[in-house]
Amino acid sequence: MKTVNQKAWFFVLPVLLLVAFNALIPMMTVVNYSVQETFGDNLFFWEGLGWFEQILRSERFHAALGRQFLFTGLILAIEVPLGIIIALSMPKKGFWVPVCLVLMALPMLIPWNVVGAMWNIFTLPDIGLLGYFMNHTLGIDYDMTQNPLAAWITIVTMDVWHWTSLVVLLCYAGLVSIPDAYYQAARIDGASNWAVFRYIQLPKMKQVLTIAILLRFMDSFNIYTEPFVLTGGGPGNSTTLLSIDLVKIALGQFDLGPAAAMSLIYFAITLLVSWVFYTLMTKDDT
Amino acid sequence: MAKITLSKLRHSYMPDPSGPDDYALKEIDLDWDDGGAYALLGPSGCGKSTLLNIISGLLVPSEGRILFNDADVTDLATDKRNIAQVFQFPVIYDTMTVYDNLAFPLRNRGRDEALVKERVTAIAEMLDVTSMLNVRAANLSPDNKQKISMGRGLVRQDVNVVMFDEPLTVIDPHLKWKLRSKLKELHQRIKATMIYVTHDQTEALTFADQVVVMDLGMVVQIGTPQELFERPAHTFVGHFIGSPGMNILPCEVRDGAAFFQGANVTLEGDIVKPATGRTEIGVRPEFVTLGTSGMQGVVRKSADIGRYGVVEAMVGDTRVAAIVEGGVPEQGETVHLNFKPEQTRLYADGWLATEARG
Repeated sequence: MKTVNQKAWFFVLPVLLLVAFNALIPMMTVVNYSVQETFGDNLFFWEGLGWFEQILRSERFHAALGRQFLFTGLILAIEVPLGIIIALSMPKKGFWVPVCLVLMALPMLIPWNVVGAMWNIFTLPDIGLLGYFMNHTLGIDYDMTQNPLAAWITIVTMDVWHWTSLVVLLCYAGLVSIPDAYYQAARIDGASNWAVFRYIQLPKMKQVLTIAILLRFMDSFNIYTEPFVLTGGGPGNSTTLLSIDLVKIALGQFDLGPAAAMSLIYFAITLLVSWVFYTLMTKDDT
Repeated sequence: MAKITLSKLRHSYMPDPSGPDDYALKEIDLDWDDGGAYALLGPSGCGKSTLLNIISGLLVPSEGRILFNDADVTDLATDKRNIAQVFQFPVIYDTMTVYDNLAFPLRNRGRDEALVKERVTAIAEMLDVTSMLNVRAANLSPDNKQKISMGRGLVRQDVNVVMFDEPLTVIDPHLKWKLRSKLKELHQRIKATMIYVTHDQTEALTFADQVVVMDLGMVVQIGTPQELFERPAHTFVGHFIGSPGMNILPCEVRDGAAFFQGANVTLEGDIVKPATGRTEIGVRPEFVTLGTSGMQGVVRKSADIGRYGVVEAMVGDTRVAAIVEGGVPEQGETVHLNFKPEQTRLYADGWLATEARG
């Protein structure tokens, strides 16, 4: 008979404590707020699932969620193919490899708020390099503080500039791990460049690409700092993404209950989409 | 199918090679006959993979020409040469089924589906993979993956040559002999020119009708397995082929006779080349016998390995191996060694210097 040694639990305890302090307990306070109403003075009243119902029915939430999906959809649609194309065209060996890698890594090393500030100044119509060029040289009316379309183009371009490198580096890692014999065999089999991509490179990149898309989905779905510094959610509410709206409710209006409920719904959506995506991408693997 | 001619082939991986040491391949002139089963045998780094990649067009030689049926293909791209190659590690297209993998080289060349089906079915049957045709290739075991790689090489009927680059490296030992005999059988059925690269003498000798032995970027000897065994043209071949390899014994040459440890050794015949430089006697352990008289040696090591025993005796400061039938002497015992004269040869600077008596 097998003896069960309960002492093993002690070894798990430190991790459990760590996770509790940095994730579970803060999250429980959010759960706590989400089912109560407060008028200050640390007085709380039971609210049940009222806030959840209110958020789910709120048009403001629907609009922010819509903008969020649009933003994430756009940047994924641009960054993933672009990242693959850049990774495919990067040299596989020689002097230019480290040069390319460093150039690619540079945007990712810049802090988020600095990226926002950089692009803000870059696009100012009167003194920004891009803004001045668009307005005064090309004569295109481009002002993201006035024009929602300009604001959208700017935040999407900024994210593409900042994060395509992540997709590139992950895909590149996948590509260089393909043994030469695969390319040689494909040449002998008479495969076209497209067939080489479709049947060798893409399948070999699948795992890193899954990770890249997952990371880019989660990061862009939760994005806050860069658009906040760049547009502050404006003009109007046109670039108010979920996280920006959430901060407005929580800290601007100090509606802790609805903000907590919204956080949990937000979290559930991120988790659900990630899980569905990951399950679909890995279901063929054995 | 084609006859392949390599003419004055040299290759260096360096941009400006200066001496012969900079060449991975040093001047190769070779003819491969149509429909032959060849093995390219040599230790790692002897240039055999380089030679293979030059034939397949994956590498352009620094100098020399390659002819297929007397047509110059030196500057032709790989896919235009109509060759097939199987690599050390199985290359399969993970996302495709076994059927699609086998059909891939034909479909890329725009063959119609009826022909594809006919060829794939025939090849699958030859390789015993018919039952797996609808399985995703990624889920196969390594030996089956390698079979699929071979199948992709054999599926086109019109290939000039099928090349195998150490194809059994990742295969479990107990499956190796199975695949090896499968290959031999395939060669007899398909009659394509096949070149099999390996550093394993057993694989080379069982597969090939003609074995090309390479060392240090040079072809050392070409011959049937039996020729390589019986009359090695170079001490390298003698040493590399056979287990244990040929005894290579330093000797002195005086007045047309060879002396090993002071004793005159009868050779197979006359010394036909100037015996200058390093001179050695070569005799295989199979042709060394123990007797009551003859050269004296002390047994250093002996092992009974079933059908025969291997004895290692020290004659002076030189080790001589002998293969004996029946019981083996004890370690430390004194024995008398005799070399079979018609199998005892002289090598000068590594190359064979005697001629068999007509």
